[in-house]
Amino acid sequence: MPTANQITMVPVVVDNDKCIADKGCRTCIDVCPLDVLWIDEKTGKAHMRYDECWYCMPCEADCPTDAVTVNIPYLLR
Amino acid sequence: MTQLSDITIKDIDVLVIGGGTAGPMAAITAKEKDPKASVMLLEKANVKRSGAISMGMDGLNNAVIPGHATPEQYTKEITIANDGIVLQKGVLEYAERSFYMIQKLDNWGVYFQKDETGEYDVKKVHHLGTYVLPMPEGHNIKKILYRRLRRNRVVVENRYQAIRLLKDDTGTVSGCIAVGTRDAEVIVIRAKAVVLCTGAAGRIGLPASGYLYGTYENPTNCGDGHSMAYHVGAELSGLECYQINPLLKDYNGPACAYVTGPLGGYTANANGDRFIECDYWSGQMMMEFYNELQSGNGPVFLKLDHLAEETIQEIEQVLHTNERPSRGRFHDGRGNDYRTKMVEMHISEIGFCAGHSASGVWINEKGETTVPGLYGAGDMASIPHSYMLGAFVYGDICGENAVEFARHRDLPKLDEAFILSERDRILAPLKREDGIPPNQFEYKLRRLVNDYLQPPKITKKMDIGLQRLKDMERDIEFLYARDPHELLRANEAQHVLDCALMAAKASMYRQESRWGLYHHYVDHPETNNEDWFCHVQLYKDENNEMACKKRPIDPYVIELDEEEKTAYQKMRIQKVS
Ligand SMILES: Cc1cc2nc3c(=O)[nH]c(=O)nc-3n(C[C@H](O)[C@H](O)[C@H](O)COP(=O)(O)OP(=O)(O)OC[C@H]3O[C@@H](n4cnc5c(N)ncnc54)[C@H](O)[C@@H]3O)c2cc1C
Ligand code: SF4
Ligand code: SF4
Repeated sequence: MPTANQITMVPVVVDNDKCIADKGCRTCIDVCPLDVLWIDEKTGKAHMRYDECWYCMPCEADCPTDAVTVNIPYLLR
Repeated sequence: MTQLSDITIKDIDVLVIGGGTAGPMAAITAKEKDPKASVMLLEKANVKRSGAISMGMDGLNNAVIPGHATPEQYTKEITIANDGIVLQKGVLEYAERSFYMIQKLDNWGVYFQKDETGEYDVKKVHHLGTYVLPMPEGHNIKKILYRRLRRNRVVVENRYQAIRLLKDDTGTVSGCIAVGTRDAEVIVIRAKAVVLCTGAAGRIGLPASGYLYGTYENPTNCGDGHSMAYHVGAELSGLECYQINPLLKDYNGPACAYVTGPLGGYTANANGDRFIECDYWSGQMMMEFYNELQSGNGPVFLKLDHLAEETIQEIEQVLHTNERPSRGRFHDGRGNDYRTKMVEMHISEIGFCAGHSASGVWINEKGETTVPGLYGAGDMASIPHSYMLGAFVYGDICGENAVEFARHRDLPKLDEAFILSERDRILAPLKREDGIPPNQFEYKLRRLVNDYLQPPKITKKMDIGLQRLKDMERDIEFLYARDPHELLRANEAQHVLDCALMAAKASMYRQESRWGLYHHYVDHPETNNEDWFCHVQLYKDENNEMACKKRPIDPYVIELDEEEKTAYQKMRIQKVS
């Protein structure tokens, strides 16, 4: 059964200028209950890899540099 | 062929599965009672921020505090709100330990609202008694629990999804198989006693928004525990008594009667009129909500626009900072302002949750399931309307009893053949080259649940639904995952399917209507106490088929008088002006 890649707009945005993942920070990735934040291999910064978000906000609340913004997923907005 | 020696095996006295609310309490109590025992808390996410209270909580919905309520009164109220189908001993046990637990949490630094005299500032939301205690600083509760876990040296394993429970040749539970959510490593935890605290089954129905994760419950809680308990042979109870909640339309957060009610907010119809006597969540209340939605007076709204500016600010302060802080953002996006307009509400998707309703893995007043060595607490266990404090109290009870059980047991033997075949089954989606992605499988499954299993329940519809769901069992062998994360979703989706099948089976078995909307069965519209004043237990029979049976209600420890019995039947306001 063949598969296709479909794109989706994700609700969580990381400000790459503020994110200090390159200094070893993994806080948002650690706390996310849905495990949808990962390191982006291209930029070395945190990003949302899967569109499976409960918009619960620990990622934003716990980020030491205020780099994370949680938006309401488009389907709910 | 793989051997057991290739699989990491961890040995522990007490294993607690699920580190949300009940789980940390169970683990802490087990260590407090027996500091020499080894206790592991296994969590699918990270215990720092997992479960229903990941960001905190707005208040206690069911505090039984001397001077405001008695355990007997509370037990009566919960009996009535559940149309009599309760294990009263279990509810009473909760109520008697409720105040002790509040004091314990207070000592740990959890802040509960107090009045000028330093007494707990309890509010009335329920139909009869007074049980709601606000927690304006409720956002730090996870931190406080985490500190206690560290102090008591509980072993914490984050990012493992427990998938199947193990038992030994005496039928006693002996641990679990789990898989790493980031590396797909299969591990075995051998334990002398297991406490399940995996929360509600919150991903059975599809939210009206169509977003798979826009559920009322934290979507990590997808019914893994219900499915694990079923497969190991435990009985589940009251699954036909669905959880359905009145929520903000699309946002799917509580509206929220417990916070706004005591401050003068209420649920209104499109004309701005109150139509229910009491905003406490019950099946009867949901029935009136549903009727209003369908009527010419719908939809339904949360009405706050008549309140004073300070009151609205107080409400915003609580609702937009604690439990579901993204609510303010949702309102901003829609241009909703509590001051100027009512906010549209809707009913949630269906789920299993004893925290708010009554459905779950059967436990007694000691937290014991029907399988020896297996305990259960919180939203996944069967003590009704238990909410956060109930999760803490039963976590405490289970921690104490599980560590005692473990003390009298040697490390159990492992069933090697079972473990190896499970390992292959669990990892199979990763081994395929293509197939059905878990998100498509889950979307279709949950759409079928909405089409066929949501109330109003109709036999012919549920028949079709059951058949379509069974057809989907054949799709399992085509599930395809490209990475460990997708594997997690593929395994979750199979548990969601188990739960959907359970919802259909239990609903079709109870041939009457009860609990208002929760079990509104159109073919059998009346409540029939003669035949159905009993629990419905669901279990796996000797042919490995899903079966149901009746369990009589244990004699009440607290009798109700006739007038009280019907108190929750009179929810609709008689005259809307
Ligand atoms: C939005 C919302 C608002 C609420 N508001 C209130 C309120 O104001 N007052 C109140 O008293 N109650 C409230 N409740 C109810 C209360 O929060 C719950 O009843 C209580 O927290 C449930 O505790 P629990 O331990 O059963 O589940 P949870 O705290 O949800 O914990 C379950 C844990 O199990 C983990 N888990 C699940 N599956 C697995 C697996 N396979 N392997 C390992 N781990 C697993 C999950 O990740 C999670 O951490 C609210 C609930 C929600 C969802
Ligand atoms: S918590 Fe903030 S700084 Fe740390 S990795 Fe995430 S976005 Fe970057
Ligand atoms: S809002 Fe919650 S679910 Fe979404 S990315 Fe942040 S922590 Fe994860």
